[in-house]
Amino acid sequence: MADIVLRDIEKYFGDNYIIRKLNLEIRHREFLVLLGPSGCGKTTTLRAIAGLETIDRGEILIDGRAVQGRQAADRDIAFVFQLFALYPHLTAYDNIAFPLRATRETRAVVDLRVREVARALRIEALLGKRPSALSGGDMQRVAIGRALVRRPKAVLMDEPIGALDAKLREEMRAELKHIHRENEATTVYVTHDQVEAMAMADRIAIMDEGVLRQVGSPTEVYQHPANLFVAQFVGSPIMNVLAAAVRPGDRQTHLLVGEDDAVLRFPAGLSEMVIQRGHADSALTVGIRPEGVLVSRQAIDGYIPVEAHIIEPLGPYDIVDLKLGKQLLRCRTASGYVERAGDTVWARLDEKQTHFFDYRTGESLGIRL
Amino acid sequence: MARVELRNIRKAFRGHVALHDLSLDIGDGEFFVLLGPTGAGKTTTLRLIAGLDAPDSGAIVIGAHDVGTWSAAQRDVALVFQYYSLYPHYTVRQNLEFPLKSKHRRIGASEIAGRVAQAAKTLRIEHLLDRKTDRLSGGEMQRVSIGRAIVRQPRIFLMDEPLSSLDAKLREILRAELKDLQMKLAATFLYVTHDQVEAMSMGDRVGVLNRGRIVQVGTPHEIYNRPRDTFVATFVGSPAMNLFAGAIRDGHLVVVPGRLEIPIGAGLAPPVALRAGRVTLGVRSEDVAVGPGGGLEGQVYAVENHGVEKIVTLKVEEQLVKVTVPAQTAIEVDGTVPFTFNPRKLHFFDVESGVRLDT
Repeated sequence: MADIVLRDIEKYFGDNYIIRKLNLEIRHREFLVLLGPSGCGKTTTLRAIAGLETIDRGEILIDGRAVQGRQAADRDIAFVFQLFALYPHLTAYDNIAFPLRATRETRAVVDLRVREVARALRIEALLGKRPSALSGGDMQRVAIGRALVRRPKAVLMDEPIGALDAKLREEMRAELKHIHRENEATTVYVTHDQVEAMAMADRIAIMDEGVLRQVGSPTEVYQHPANLFVAQFVGSPIMNVLAAAVRPGDRQTHLLVGEDDAVLRFPAGLSEMVIQRGHADSALTVGIRPEGVLVSRQAIDGYIPVEAHIIEPLGPYDIVDLKLGKQLLRCRTASGYVERAGDTVWARLDEKQTHFFDYRTGESLGIRL
Repeated sequence: MARVELRNIRKAFRGHVALHDLSLDIGDGEFFVLLGPTGAGKTTTLRLIAGLDAPDSGAIVIGAHDVGTWSAAQRDVALVFQYYSLYPHYTVRQNLEFPLKSKHRRIGASEIAGRVAQAAKTLRIEHLLDRKTDRLSGGEMQRVSIGRAIVRQPRIFLMDEPLSSLDAKLREILRAELKDLQMKLAATFLYVTHDQVEAMSMGDRVGVLNRGRIVQVGTPHEIYNRPRDTFVATFVGSPAMNLFAGAIRDGHLVVVPGRLEIPIGAGLAPPVALRAGRVTLGVRSEDVAVGPGGGLEGQVYAVENHGVEKIVTLKVEEQLVKVTVPAQTAIEVDGTVPFTFNPRKLHFFDVESGVRLDT
């Protein structure tokens, strides 16, 4: 068990950066997820920690010791890939036991450890089976068992459930999280799927084009995204983003959306806060998640009338696109709340859930109402 | 625009029966989604309608005509695939014009220009018309593929997982766009997918296909709230519906004796109690609540953050129960919490067949 420190890591091919000035501390026993779109540098980072990839600058410390000179095999780290690399001729039991046998543990110790891991992974009944007789999910459980059985300092996982179908991924998410809690191995987990990241991580590190854009707990990155990239990468449906400008008023701030698409009322202090942060021209980008758009079937003071455009029923709730002038605003309502497309409903933005960004850089203005 | 009817279609490939006695009726102007896992027979169904394959038996009716003997071209349907098959060295405009320039069609130049302009406007790709297609993003390419179907003004649009090779964000955007498009065109869409979110969010009606058989046809609301069997119940909805094997004893449904017993009150699914005493109980995660009142307790096995809500997995002995709770609910792993089932939202299925037992 270990902490892993990445200090000023850089990696480039010619003039192209794969990883740029990456600083990240992965805490002892933490489940950290590296999240980002394909090509963002997350897998390269993971492979660098494992020692499967060299870096051009910076250093990697495991338990306080620089590991650059050490081979992958000497770093005491286990790696789980997307595609289960099991030995087809060995049973699940022997696949899991394999790394231990190489260390010359006694047969009794091997047996104890294999059964312990199998119990945590709920595959005790499958130990006698060969990989060909196992489902995809069970194969991946065996692959994870093989990684955990040696009790490595850290476990690195590269989209380990990406190849499984939706239902199995759902099951495995809860299982992996539970397993981590049982064995407490420091875990670095790479995925492009924000649902997985949110569901499993203690902290999420979000990367884009080789740059670390934010590190924080799922709640932090969801509720307080540091920039527009994180705001729109995390969460589904995507956060609504609107170009806007603030106009101070007597008792409230008017938020002008788009090109005269709508005027929304906000607390009086907002315009000052925006201007204080160096936006004298009062322009900004506003972000609001679908659940932050409050909708009513009756007219309410402070709400503006809007037309419902498209209704997507998702079962427990609906996602409804509202027409805000030329803009579309997605909101989340109780199932069937907006009856049909074309209906007029009233909406406003919940100021506590409204995010304010610099319209030029996309960085959060740090305004919390 | 036309309706499509499949009557008792059977199709086998080298002894493997891909479709068993499949019947479907898709209305004129309907957005119909065929939903099922890999290998269910979805693509086979599309290919039969398109005339790319012939059924072993049964009839396919488009509009008022049995099209069994018609060629693919005569059927006048447009197919959009998962992988866009565009001509890479042509511009977007040339790609859109291409299907109209066929000698069989004899469409005038001004008509072609008009249709291309209209399609480009509808799909918001006007600014891309003179770009080569190999310079487009995945989402743009898929829009052009759809545009190529639109310009033909076909009687039916057949779509085979058109969004599944795109990333999650783009899928989300194009879902709404496709539904908008279908409403604007008032066209008949038959859309095939394995993604239940796509089916729920776009379909006027959804046909759930499993192993070559239609299991259920209904509106998204019906499919979600009254699944016909345990397959539909767990395939549609995320997280998957909780299913429990239970026995009925003394007015209770016993899942884990002494620990997970649910009273079956008066008026609640009486026919269930008449069965042999064993039943499969289904409860969606949002119909389980954390809180006192039901006398049930579970150990917190895992907590997943989903932003707006959390999905909590509770453990009652070896039985796992998924529960959706609001994001602000404080829940600690390994703690013990009370929970209740919404008695009006219980689903009962036959233990053997998995078929819904209805009141």
